[in-house]
Amino acid sequence: MNPTGESNPAPMKNRTTVERKSERELVVTRTFNGPARLVFEAWTKPELLKRWWAPKSTGVSLLSCEADVRVGGRYRLEFGHGASKPMAFFGRYIEVTPHSRLVWTNDESDDGAITTVTFEENDGKTLLVMHELYPSTEALDRAIAGMEGGMPETFEQLDELLITLGASMGRS
Amino acid sequence: MVQYTKARLDASFAALSDPTRRGVLEQLGCADASITDLAEKFHMTLTGMKKHVSVLEEAGLVTTEKVGRVRTCKLGLHGLGDEAAWIERYRQLWDARFDELDNVVEELKRKEQPGEPNRRE
Repeated sequence: MNPTGESNPAPMKNRTTVERKSERELVVTRTFNGPARLVFEAWTKPELLKRWWAPKSTGVSLLSCEADVRVGGRYRLEFGHGASKPMAFFGRYIEVTPHSRLVWTNDESDDGAITTVTFEENDGKTLLVMHELYPSTEALDRAIAGMEGGMPETFEQLDELLITLGASMGRS
Repeated sequence: MVQYTKARLDASFAALSDPTRRGVLEQLGCADASITDLAEKFHMTLTGMKKHVSVLEEAGLVTTEKVGRVRTCKLGLHGLGDEAAWIERYRQLWDARFDELDNVVEELKRKEQPGEPNRRE
């Protein structure tokens, strides 16, 4: 499969893919229409990172964003969702190779993955591959099954379902 | 995995095909409730409500827990949270982030080309 969509000359939206590559791995890919150094910059400067990490459509807002992007440096992202308690995601960068590779830990739980992001430039575009390696099969299964893992979208989807159900009930 | 998902979906749709069961889900969306509460609310016998709840439970849409003599029902998101659905939600999350990231990259590109006539800053 070619996730880059390079056969389309028109500036159409690039596709995001997510695949469970193995019992312990998730892989996310996406191509960006810009050089690797700019995409890398957007991942490593907190003031840029905070502009895209919590898009409006997810219903969460980013309360704070700190990222000291160097080997051993720490990051911390805090999210709010309505009136519920803020959620924090934090960890440490363990590899920082400018414009090509970032690796960090996810320390908010023992099930946290090691995240590796690579930036591969080709013809002015950048293929981004985000690889998440969980400590065990059970850890990834729990992330998928669990609600506590920071997926507030799940609640929203349920809200939507209930609204739909409510509307269809009212009519019948 | 695929078989499993299909069986789950069949069970979910079957469970949702009944207006009372949809009502129960809606009710549990507001607050957890005991089977007795639900039976009263929907003007049914306890046995009738138990049957509905067990269909919802089998579909993974509701979970129940017995504490003392009371069985409490709550929304169980397992039916909505199987692996394929989770991966799709995860993909949507990253897709939304990356759409915003596109904008950031576009802006950085424009800033690098100060001679370009249609830049916005």
